[in-house]
Amino acid sequence: MKGKTEGMSVIVKTVACILTVPAYIFGLYIVIRGHLTPGGGFAGGAILATLIAMLLVSFGRNLERGFRKESLSVLEILGMSLFITLAFFGLSFTFFHNILANSGGLFGMSVEFGPNSGYLNTGGLIPVMNIAVGIEVFSALSMIILLMLTGMKEEKK
Amino acid sequence: MKGKVVKTLTLMAFLILLLIAMGSLHPAGKPVNTEMDDYFIRNGQVQTGSNNIVSSVVFDYRGFDTLGEATVLFGAALGVFVLFGRNAR
Repeated sequence: MKGKTEGMSVIVKTVACILTVPAYIFGLYIVIRGHLTPGGGFAGGAILATLIAMLLVSFGRNLERGFRKESLSVLEILGMSLFITLAFFGLSFTFFHNILANSGGLFGMSVEFGPNSGYLNTGGLIPVMNIAVGIEVFSALSMIILLMLTGMKEEKK
Repeated sequence: MKGKVVKTLTLMAFLILLLIAMGSLHPAGKPVNTEMDDYFIRNGQVQTGSNNIVSSVVFDYRGFDTLGEATVLFGAALGVFVLFGRNAR
């Protein structure tokens, strides 16, 4: 842990390191199971961005070299265009038609009406769109946090 | 003085209108038109294959709205980029 003077104290850094793994897994879980349980791309992306905010606050300047705002911007554009492309896939019926649902392929398992235990391989385009929106929200919020942090430091100089 | 009287009278008329409107409020918990909700609840799970009806509405039936939300977030990030990212290098 080099650069002891930067960031917050060792206690905060250690707790942030420990919390990183469960927060990361929880965010991915919320994104991927968005079509089965409450949550989805927006909520999961916000959780992942909160994890980035926690790491940036606790580690300070040490971590800023790891996150480049250009790569986050590219990731954001990628998620957005993936979402729009998925919407265009259903254009033979309507915009945003769910072509993968009940097709038997990827995410295409059909579901009976009524309560069931929840299978991950259902939902058609909904899980894929959840992942796209999750990428977009995660990178947008992380970029906002990162830019505001660096902008504040520029002001202080 | 005259302005105060006018303001008071306007406020009183507004409050009286509010009271009248409160009398005609629909009782909570008893929705009027539920055809759309019933359709989503009955057919959403079978048509989209998603157990979460909210998710099927947000990403399938009302996907265009979600596209707008994502665009709003994109624009917000773009605005922050323009504001803070000009000399941060």
